[in-house]
Amino acid sequence: MSEHEEQTSHSQGFYLAIGAGLLILTATTVGAAFVNLGPFNPIIALLIATIKATLVVLFFMHVKGASEKLTGAVLVSGFFFLAILISLSLADYLTRSWR
Amino acid sequence: MHDSQATTGPATTQVTTLEHEAHNPALLHHFADAQQQKDAASLGMWLFLVTEIMFFGGMFCAYLVYRLAHFNAFAAGSQQLSIALGATNTAVLIISSVTVVLAVKAAEAGKRRVLVSYLVVTVLLGMTFLVIKGFEYREKFEKHHVPGPTFKFTDTFDDNGKQIPVNAKEAELFFSLYFAMTGMHALHMIIGCGLFSGLAVLAWKGRYSPGYFTPIENAGLYWHLVDIIWIYLFPLLYLISRHS
Repeated sequence: MSEHEEQTSHSQGFYLAIGAGLLILTATTVGAAFVNLGPFNPIIALLIATIKATLVVLFFMHVKGASEKLTGAVLVSGFFFLAILISLSLADYLTRSWR
Repeated sequence: MHDSQATTGPATTQVTTLEHEAHNPALLHHFADAQQQKDAASLGMWLFLVTEIMFFGGMFCAYLVYRLAHFNAFAAGSQQLSIALGATNTAVLIISSVTVVLAVKAAEAGKRRVLVSYLVVTVLLGMTFLVIKGFEYREKFEKHHVPGPTFKFTDTFDDNGKQIPVNAKEAELFFSLYFAMTGMHALHMIIGCGLFSGLAVLAWKGRYSPGYFTPIENAGLYWHLVDIIWIYLFPLLYLISRHS
């Protein structure tokens, strides 16, 4: 093992706690779906999903080693192009109602 | 003894280092050291995950466009899915993600038996997910909710008994996206189960050590990504307009 490699994994209890948090958020998203929040229902659902995804990325998918920033740049570029895909598609489809 | 070492000097030290590194069978010759090799593998894995995000992103985009255009049909189609089964599958995947991080932790600590156990449990949880998904698919076939010539979708009723008129063609679109997205996700789960079964065999044979367990880590990254995709699929497909 090279010397600058460090043990970055958390304790077993920590992982179980994150897992429990994810399960609670799943129950929350099901519960929230049955409450009439008008246009906020899908927004709340996506917000909870994004919180869950963020927990998984931050605490389960360790970005280790020297190329941490490079890996981050790769990930951000992926979401950047996804944002272009969705925003330009919607900019087209959502502005067709005048026809 | 001390004197002779001092005279041969740095050359001897360097040879010793090279010999020591040559002892690590997992280190390939074109990498400077194990850490560099690990970083390169990890970066490659993340690049692959980004292509996966773009791949599923295309389907999420199609879903978004059609959901905005045909919201009532999407809501009616969504009512036909079982929240209980969908939520159970979400929980199964979350628990499997926990067993994956615990497997990586066991590999880091060099606990071979614990590592193999967690890998096997992960595969079993993945198969549980697929079996539940299979039951859901069977129900769709029985109800003729599979897109194609036999597709049928009659007007549905909401919880208050109020009839919601639904265009069957638009509902078919919802089920097309449902099968495309969950089907692609299930294919990823099948690949993941195969991957983890292979890793379990190699781990049992003692292929991985605290100095080298990159395949476990990278397969774990894949599994977590597949989990994240389901985390989005569940509310988007199962929970459209469920309130009364």
